[in-house]
Amino acid sequence: MQAIVDKEGIKRYLISLTVNGDTYTVVVKANTMLVNVLREELNLTGTKKGCETGDCGSCTVIMDGKPVNSCIILALEADGKEITTIEGVAQNGVLDKLQESFLNQTAVQCGYCTPGMILSAKALLTRNPNPTEHEIREAIAGNLCRCTGYVNIVKAIKEAAGQPVDEH
Amino acid sequence: MSENTIHNNDYAVIGKSVPRIDGREKVTGAAKYTGDLKFPNMLYGKILTSPHAHARILSIDTSEAEKLAGVKAVITHKDVPSLKYGISPARWDENIFCIDKVRFVGDKVAAVACIDEETCYKALKLIKVEYEVLPAVLDPLTAMDEGQPLVHEEYERNINTEIHQEFGDMENAFKNAHHIRKDRFVGQRTYQSPIEPHSAISMWQDGKLTIYSSTQSPHYFQYYIAREFGMKMGDVRILKTYVGGGFGGKLEPTGLEFAGAVLAKNTGRPVKMFYDRAEMFAHNRGRHAQYMEITSAVDKDGKILGCHTNFIMDGGAYTSLGIASAYYAGALLPLTYEFDNYKFDMFRVYTNLPACGAQRGHGAPQPKYAFECHLDEIARDLNIDPLEIRIRNARRPNTVTPNDFGINSCEIKSCLERAGAMSGWAEKKGKLPKGRGIGVATGSFVSGAGYPIYRTNLPHASAMIKVHEDGTAATLYTGAVDIGQGSDTVLSQMAAEAMGFVYEQMKIVAADTETTPHDFGAYASRQTLMSGAAVKQAGEEVKRQLLDMAASMLQRPVYDLDVKAGEIFSISDSSVSLSFSDAAREFFVRRGPLVGKGSYTPPKLGGKFKGAAVGTSPAYSFCAQVSEVQIDEETGVIDVLDVWDVHDCGMVINPGLLHGQVHGALFMGLGESIWEQVLFDDKGKIVNANLAEYRLPTALDMPKVHSGLIDSYEPAGPWGVKEVGEGSTNPTMGCFANAIYDAMGVRINSLPLTYEKVWRALKEKREKEQAQK
Repeated sequence: MQAIVDKEGIKRYLISLTVNGDTYTVVVKANTMLVNVLREELNLTGTKKGCETGDCGSCTVIMDGKPVNSCIILALEADGKEITTIEGVAQNGVLDKLQESFLNQTAVQCGYCTPGMILSAKALLTRNPNPTEHEIREAIAGNLCRCTGYVNIVKAIKEAAGQPVDEH
Repeated sequence: MSENTIHNNDYAVIGKSVPRIDGREKVTGAAKYTGDLKFPNMLYGKILTSPHAHARILSIDTSEAEKLAGVKAVITHKDVPSLKYGISPARWDENIFCIDKVRFVGDKVAAVACIDEETCYKALKLIKVEYEVLPAVLDPLTAMDEGQPLVHEEYERNINTEIHQEFGDMENAFKNAHHIRKDRFVGQRTYQSPIEPHSAISMWQDGKLTIYSSTQSPHYFQYYIAREFGMKMGDVRILKTYVGGGFGGKLEPTGLEFAGAVLAKNTGRPVKMFYDRAEMFAHNRGRHAQYMEITSAVDKDGKILGCHTNFIMDGGAYTSLGIASAYYAGALLPLTYEFDNYKFDMFRVYTNLPACGAQRGHGAPQPKYAFECHLDEIARDLNIDPLEIRIRNARRPNTVTPNDFGINSCEIKSCLERAGAMSGWAEKKGKLPKGRGIGVATGSFVSGAGYPIYRTNLPHASAMIKVHEDGTAATLYTGAVDIGQGSDTVLSQMAAEAMGFVYEQMKIVAADTETTPHDFGAYASRQTLMSGAAVKQAGEEVKRQLLDMAASMLQRPVYDLDVKAGEIFSISDSSVSLSFSDAAREFFVRRGPLVGKGSYTPPKLGGKFKGAAVGTSPAYSFCAQVSEVQIDEETGVIDVLDVWDVHDCGMVINPGLLHGQVHGALFMGLGESIWEQVLFDDKGKIVNANLAEYRLPTALDMPKVHSGLIDSYEPAGPWGVKEVGEGSTNPTMGCFANAIYDAMGVRINSLPLTYEKVWRALKEKREKEQAQK
């Protein structure tokens, strides 16, 4: 990995990462977090910061198929990786079935956890297209939501998986 | 049958679960929150806070910080107005920065503005503050004792608020009682924990200050910021972007707005300020810890004759909204059950801990927990079924509480009966296997406060609707604040309904003190009723003008015309039709902009005694909750299996959003019941100021929720609406405590109802039983 040292003696590294299908090259420090590259360098502010300690899941992105908390992933670890952020879920303005089901099931309130929640759900449905309710709950257990009690979020994920959904 | 049912089918737009107006933006990540915004030449700002709970400031030296490259401004109390502020005008007790002493770990001392976030942290470390550490007041129960240090010198015995109210004839009620019972309960300090951290971006242009803020009330921010800086309100613009939840924690302006405004002025650049998660906990303004003693007198049937509540609450270092919290704690208690004689005593004390304020349900949920447990104990003493004792005492519609709150619609008895039926209460109560239990509790809340937070004769809400020039769309301008609950959607539905238009073509501009008309904002569950009333009036004004134009275009009398879902029609002749759009376009051509406006002021409410205003509301919601729990005897682990929540919340504008409020309230109640508690070390420092150790429930913790509605119509609300979002927080803690008792025969009389407390109570019970053998 190419590195340069600035006047203060701090090393900076040149990394390349693929975000939503496009490859970007950015200069980062050893302690730069992936979430800050996404938000500050690439202006992809759909990835939210809620705690910066890996507890709330608002910053969830999919990295090489796995949902990760981008606030505790070093930018250096993302070098050469494929990343999907919320901005990459809809294709050419057409919503993903999860985004549609989140709207149908009133699974969005303040919306701050929504990007991370949708990405955790998307990673789940990609590896397990027909999850049980417990598997759904487990998959989003690292994503905190303070508004919905997860009730409609679970329903939305079921709907996206093509499963029947109860009223209320 | 209520009016609601009769007319429900006549509505074209309300009463339907239309998708959120902001839904698409939120699911695509396009929705911008304040922290997502950037402005050219923007600086970043951070606040230096106190490491001590109580200390005198001897000196502050900012010289080293000022020398650091990238630091653009460093400010302390010397650089800002010394005028005290606070959201409650009766006790302004906060300064932008501490002047003589700091009063809690996290109190504001100085601030910096720098070219980036990293430089801010380096600069904060270079500010030298010399403190003389003082003894701290950390225990609210001894805070009032003689000889305790004073948090604020001007408040003797650390008493922030003292309330003594008595209604009816308590002496007689207790003299004639069949049974008297006294119980004591303790509530814990919790924190709202919205997932979005607070953030504010301040900037100045030609003497005008603009602040983008994650706020629940642009109006109160505008009012207090203008006051603090001696500015005209018209020169202060507060607007919100999307807000990632508030729950009461974003109701009052913080250091982010005050310090940010000064930093932006001094540097001539926009300044973004933000709290991290630990700073949010330190700023706090969450739920007060309350110490609650309740004594009730009942007759032989369990009918409550009189009740005395005697409470102490830990206010923390500042008032915040705590005067209202203190009043709410006792004042809202007589809502759900009818009794004539009531005495309420309360001390809200200052401590050297973060200030508490209004969290969902405000002062009410903990007293409700205490009262619901107490009522179950009374039922047990008298051998009455817990559901039955509640039905016997349930408030009836068109009654007045002992503290002079007028109740219009009230279906709490039906809520209890329905929750009983849905849950299978009769088949389960007393018949469940050991370890499994069922409990019941009720809740209620205001639909907007009868009086604003500071004294003013401004209307509580106002709205404006502008129909687009070609008639194909309409924009609602409202000061109401959507913090996630969905008010933008609900108010747009209401606007469309009132105008005879369609929801799909509604646009909304909200919560900007410059472009939208005044509204007090999102607190006290006020917007559906109050902002809704203003929106309805605005829509009806559009409709009147539109039909007048249509009458002229169609050459028909105006009384023969009506409009619904975008189509104007004749009442007498079905062949006549004209589209809303065509008539609106013609209106613009002939008469100029088609605009409607409305405003809402509640009627004069409440009695004449001291504090009579707090708790008044045009309407009150009611609900009943039944829950079923499973307790593991060996470990004390509580598993909440099912919850049945039944609500009387008037006409429902958007059922999908309404049930979402019920789910969220239950979730917050679940967290507060079992896990959530802000904990301190012996120096007053929070030990769990993060989302790993302050434990919010996850998706794996939520029980099955069954949410039901009772048909009801509230005459004080537009189309019969009233609140749902906060009242539904009230029953949960008491409900679970009662279910735990039913399961195991142990009463947990302090919150949270942790596994450890259950385990200890079971152990004590076993030991006692063995000793008796």
